[in-house]
Amino acid sequence: MSSEVLQAPLVLEYPFTRSTGPVIGAFLTGLRDGVICGIRRADGTVLCPPQEYDPLTAEPLTELVEVGQAGEVVTWAWNGDPRPMQPFDRPFAWALIRLDGADTSMLHAVFAPSAAEMSTGMRVRVVWRTEREGHIADIAGFEPIPAVETA
Amino acid sequence: MSADRPEARDPLAAPAALSAPVTLPEALAGAEPVESVCTPIRMAYTYTPGRALSRYLRAMADKRILGERCGATGQVFVPPRGVSPLAGAATSEVVELADTGYVESFNITRVPIERRPDLKPPYCSAWIVLDGASVGFLGLVINLAPEEVRIGMRVRAVWKPDEELETSAANILGWEPTGEPDEVITDYERIGRIEASDP
Repeated sequence: MSSEVLQAPLVLEYPFTRSTGPVIGAFLTGLRDGVICGIRRADGTVLCPPQEYDPLTAEPLTELVEVGQAGEVVTWAWNGDPRPMQPFDRPFAWALIRLDGADTSMLHAVFAPSAAEMSTGMRVRVVWRTEREGHIADIAGFEPIPAVETA
Repeated sequence: MSADRPEARDPLAAPAALSAPVTLPEALAGAEPVESVCTPIRMAYTYTPGRALSRYLRAMADKRILGERCGATGQVFVPPRGVSPLAGAATSEVVELADTGYVESFNITRVPIERRPDLKPPYCSAWIVLDGASVGFLGLVINLAPEEVRIGMRVRAVWKPDEELETSAANILGWEPTGEPDEVITDYERIGRIEASDP
């Protein structure tokens, strides 16, 4: 009997389509149209990405507002070995990004040349995909804003 | 807890509205709303079978079906995992099984599965108990209209042509009726189950 170890590719795949509801739907509508939406809480603070209910009071939230397309890195982790279907085929940073006009941060990719170029508090701006359909991947990622532009 | 934190609602109380009307920023006035999103989940593995399944898959290349017997209860499991799930012990003996058996239970699928164009609805998936096995396993009933499939029906494996055989369970294309008299099943509650005292 052969001593060669048997192996075979095995792919588990679930092609879900989910309905969005009015709040997430508005967020995705915005992404398709190149607009980033947050949602305003009763105290005036803005959650981005928007949530359907207030995380502290559980009250429904309804007032979607446009936020900026640049913001600051709140925290980040370097991904030195990207896997298929991740946002970038070269090393990049996963980061929590607080957009201008928002009080919470959203997870996305930052296309920095190396981890040495990443820092907490750095300014980044959105990079849109050309073809957009209403999906978080309509944002290709974020790119660092050179210091000369932010100064 | 900070002093300015608002008082939390009773988490068990229903929200005031499940789908309140929302207001959109000016930039989205009149935009066609997105109402659904495709969020596929995909996990790509390299699968490596253990020793028992490797024996089973190598035998498949010779159109043979191997089960393994539990030394404690005498039960024969197929496909073999190397252990007896009821006795919690390693199986002690490799057993060659016939490629015939009977349909213990079945299901007819009438909805297509994306990316499985090989499965053309309606088709019949069946729980097939091989002669000499103590448990069933999943297979397709083929060469018969799904409406004709019945519990107890005798079936035999339909193998791929010899030149296409691999170390794969896909060597069995499906199971077709033998035309023999049906297996007599008297206790429907036992279907799909096995107990420590079963032979």
